[in-house]
Amino acid sequence: MTDTDITRAAIVTGSSRGIGAAVARALAESGMNVALNCSSERSLAETEALARELAAAHGIRALVAVANVASAEEAQQMADTALEAFGRIDVLVNNAGITRDGLAARMSCEDFDAVIDVNLKGSFHCAKAVMRPMMKQRYGRIINMSSVSGVYGNAGQVNYAASKAGVIGMTKTLAKELARKNITVNTIAPGFIDTAMTAALSDEQREAAAARIGMGRLGAPEDIADLARFLASEEAGYITGQTICVDGGLTL
Amino acid sequence: MATIDIVREVLVDNLDLDANAITEDATLDALGVDSLDMVELICDIEEKCDVDFGEPEGLATIGDIVAHIDSLK
Repeated sequence: MTDTDITRAAIVTGSSRGIGAAVARALAESGMNVALNCSSERSLAETEALARELAAAHGIRALVAVANVASAEEAQQMADTALEAFGRIDVLVNNAGITRDGLAARMSCEDFDAVIDVNLKGSFHCAKAVMRPMMKQRYGRIINMSSVSGVYGNAGQVNYAASKAGVIGMTKTLAKELARKNITVNTIAPGFIDTAMTAALSDEQREAAAARIGMGRLGAPEDIADLARFLASEEAGYITGQTICVDGGLTL
Repeated sequence: MATIDIVREVLVDNLDLDANAITEDATLDALGVDSLDMVELICDIEEKCDVDFGEPEGLATIGDIVAHIDSLK
């Protein structure tokens, strides 16, 4: 069931490139106004270019909010900016994330905290910032980005895996709290996706990863964006609290 | 506007409750106001009345909420 009279509006964090950019593109294609986000001025030019591209290509409105989601205040300001510009917030995609990989025995507490602050607390900050307008609307779609690392663990990523497992617990809890207000909360757990984050891997590591994937290839950002587009749609209104692995068969 | 009228207005707006049922003696349970509804109510009250609602305990009736808000002004 769809309400075609409403132009939906979405916030996609960490959307200057990679999965976030692909998700923003998919939501814009489906007719939503989109607030893009990058954490610093360094990525501003490319994010603004994407906003202009999406607005021109799809006849939607797109804006860019510079905000480090690790800051509750900046996350709130981003949500306020989007709400003021679009008049509503229907979709939040908590995609912003960082890695600081290393074996646990030698990982600094700073590196552990930094990843938790962005990946887990950042997702909470943004969800909290959009909850009230979504409750008022009696409509919302929150999509959190986890990882197969968060589901199965991954050597060298104790901080990242912990943050992404935390996201899954947060998703289930928020889903229970918000279901009655017609707000769904779900998690996507990507496998190896071909982005700047996995570009840091050596060729040997990438080949080894691909060999473990049933589909025989790394995923594309669009593989994730296609699911995000569905979970963000009105048609996905009865799906909540779920974690869906999009990994080409990696974890089978 | 009297505090109870503000509370009534918010509850009618948020939950489609019958305005006549929202009296000082009405309990939150009887009105079907649950914890999530209370969060929404508190956010709206803080905005409309310019108060910090805090974390009071033992609010069981509309009258309790009204008295608490008035104590903050």
